[in-house]
Amino acid sequence: MWHELTSDQQLLRDTTARFLADRVPLDRQRKNKDSATGFEPDYWTSGAELGWIMPLVSEENGGLSVSGRGIVDLSLIAYEFGRHSAPGPLADCNVVASALSDSGDEGHAAALEEIMTGSAIAACCLGAAPWQEPGESTISIARDGDDLVIQGSIKPVESAAQAGYFLVTGRSEGGVTQALVPASTAGITVKNLKAIDVSRKFGAVSFDNVRVPASVLVGQFGGAADAVAMQVRRAAVILSAESVGAMESAFAMTVDWAFDRYTFGRALASYQALKHRFADLKSWLEASHAVCDSAADALADGLPRAAETVCAAKSYIGEQGVELAQDCVQIHGGIGVTYEHDLHFFLRRVTLNRLLYGTPGDHRRWLAQMQIEKELAA
Amino acid sequence: MSTEIEPVEEFRLRAREWIKSNLGPTQPFDRTQHCKDDEEELVAVARDRALQRKIFDGGFAGICMPKEYGGLGLTPEHNRAFNEELAGHEYPSRFAVPTFNPCASTILEFCTAEQKAAHLRAILKGEEVWVQLLSEPGGGSDVAGITTSAVRDGDHWVLNGSKVWTSRAWWADWGLILARTNWDVPKHAGMTVFLVPLRAPGVEIQRIIRLNGESEACQEFFTDVRIPDSDRVGEIDAGWTIGTRWMFHERMGHNSPYVTYPSGMTLSAAQEDSPVAIARKSGKIDDPAARELIGEHRELGIVTRALQGRIAEAATKANKDMSAVDRLFRGVASVRRSTIAFDLAGAGASVWDEEEEAATDAIGMNFLMRQISCIGGGTTEISRNVVAERILGMPREASGDKGVAFRDVPKGPSRSQG
Repeated sequence: MWHELTSDQQLLRDTTARFLADRVPLDRQRKNKDSATGFEPDYWTSGAELGWIMPLVSEENGGLSVSGRGIVDLSLIAYEFGRHSAPGPLADCNVVASALSDSGDEGHAAALEEIMTGSAIAACCLGAAPWQEPGESTISIARDGDDLVIQGSIKPVESAAQAGYFLVTGRSEGGVTQALVPASTAGITVKNLKAIDVSRKFGAVSFDNVRVPASVLVGQFGGAADAVAMQVRRAAVILSAESVGAMESAFAMTVDWAFDRYTFGRALASYQALKHRFADLKSWLEASHAVCDSAADALADGLPRAAETVCAAKSYIGEQGVELAQDCVQIHGGIGVTYEHDLHFFLRRVTLNRLLYGTPGDHRRWLAQMQIEKELAA
Repeated sequence: MSTEIEPVEEFRLRAREWIKSNLGPTQPFDRTQHCKDDEEELVAVARDRALQRKIFDGGFAGICMPKEYGGLGLTPEHNRAFNEELAGHEYPSRFAVPTFNPCASTILEFCTAEQKAAHLRAILKGEEVWVQLLSEPGGGSDVAGITTSAVRDGDHWVLNGSKVWTSRAWWADWGLILARTNWDVPKHAGMTVFLVPLRAPGVEIQRIIRLNGESEACQEFFTDVRIPDSDRVGEIDAGWTIGTRWMFHERMGHNSPYVTYPSGMTLSAAQEDSPVAIARKSGKIDDPAARELIGEHRELGIVTRALQGRIAEAATKANKDMSAVDRLFRGVASVRRSTIAFDLAGAGASVWDEEEEAATDAIGMNFLMRQISCIGGGTTEISRNVVAERILGMPREASGDKGVAFRDVPKGPSRSQG
């Protein structure tokens, strides 16, 4: 994260870093691996007080971006989440808050308030993703008189069991629809899933003929495709920034290891075979920083290149984040695969982030589609 | 005579008018510098010489070169303005690099007034094309490990050895050469720079045919070539001081203020099809696996550019060695991109029917040549050393030549018998 930070941004980032180091140190996360939620409710509300869920919300709706470029502020928070391998549905809550704020619908004001203060957790049920063909959608939303009927299922959904609201994205006749549904609505079932992360929890959410009033709509019925694409881009930047933070931590501890660990009477750092590996890792890390910053900038400033740059960031960091973390494990040797060592927290983080909101393959196909359309137009 | 410098905008207007009435549109070989055969190449060379002469006679050659050597004595801003006005017009592309830079830049910085008078005006008039004679067959990345020797003989020096990877030396006129003049001191302390005419007795130039059939690079062999001491540059044995500046100029490439070339011109070896066009041609455009490759190709382009921007910013405020990260990434990403293009093209990139139009053989050749992006301009192995040692602070590689008289530095194999 090499943005020229304003002093307010610096403060936001440092405050978040101190808070995370204090509240969710890795030793505590290591011990809490069997906790059902992964974090305490007051961890989330205290974090929300630091402004974690405000940057993408407009001022009229009570939001606040310290720099006026919300997604950039958020990428700084996410970077610290990654560096500390911190728990909490940062991407989902921000995406839902931004969707409600963008919709301008008064009816969602109370829910938005709860989400921004952290008293309610919101989760995204992305049943129709931008890179999917219509036939690949797993959730449908139909009209029935004044009601909507939601049918289908989706996994994984972060913090599904704790969520107070689901932002459901489903396929409708003629397009994509979004609805904000309270988790307690009849017909919704949440099943806890096992996940490779220690502190982040996931569930599978199914909608069995869930009947809700049309007032739950977020945006127009059948007209949410552009809004969904924007939400996915925001989530992709947040998750990418998180992964860059995790890569930074994994790399830094591996560089330290190379200087401290002696073998055959020499530091690991003196072997050219390993020096060259480190140079490659450094180039991946710098490239990840660069493309993540570039994506956040483009999205914040509404540049035409934003769509492509975000896809490139999500796929590159998704792929190379995992490769970097695995190479750090390799350079550590046996100690790198123990539960006692810190390295696995970062490996888990980048591995899950690779999957969420589109794999490298998904984003590459999306990117290819944009490229094909661009060349057709030319 | 007035000593006042002409304002840039006035100069720009004057240049615009002159360019419009004297220079035609850009030619295809201005961009690629590739000709279909030697005959066409020689025609292009003659045309470049004439164009350079035209610019000289028009009063626009050597914008940043001093007036006493035929230049205009103006500023880099004037040169930039001229380059901007030159956009879209023909220009003497073969004079840009290496003649004007690094050769003329280095001559200007280190040569005596007599040497400058003898060569800079000739260069500006299109009469002398220069090359740099630096790399050696036994050298590679170890530039200072050269073994081409110059031995003093009265008023002359006698040159023996070989230089390699010299672009287009077969039709060039002069070379700037780094030679070893003292073997009894460590390697950096025993080199001297000379000016050498490429048509002197004892100079033999051979073309190097690359695996894709292209043969612009040359190897030169020097056998008892006699160079007058008046063509020595700088002090005896002080060549490395000049060499480091020479290589600095070389890294500036087309961005040097001494180079005139149209702004916005991207120099590429070949006009490449886009991955989308390649996949269309091979019928793979709707294959999801091909789509992923197209996306990855685009992704790497975007990441490369983002990294370049970040490093350029860092160069001014952080570690200047960060450019090695950029070089490493670009090399590796470019290798991957040529592999993707090759995969998308399918069999047509490896075997093709000569009768069919729009052959895809260029993709196959690009693939065979793909490692050049990790070799040319300093290998990625050297940049990995720079990243590990200068950025991450890891211990330096052991060297067999530090503080040792160059005569005693091991230069060949000594393998222990197993």
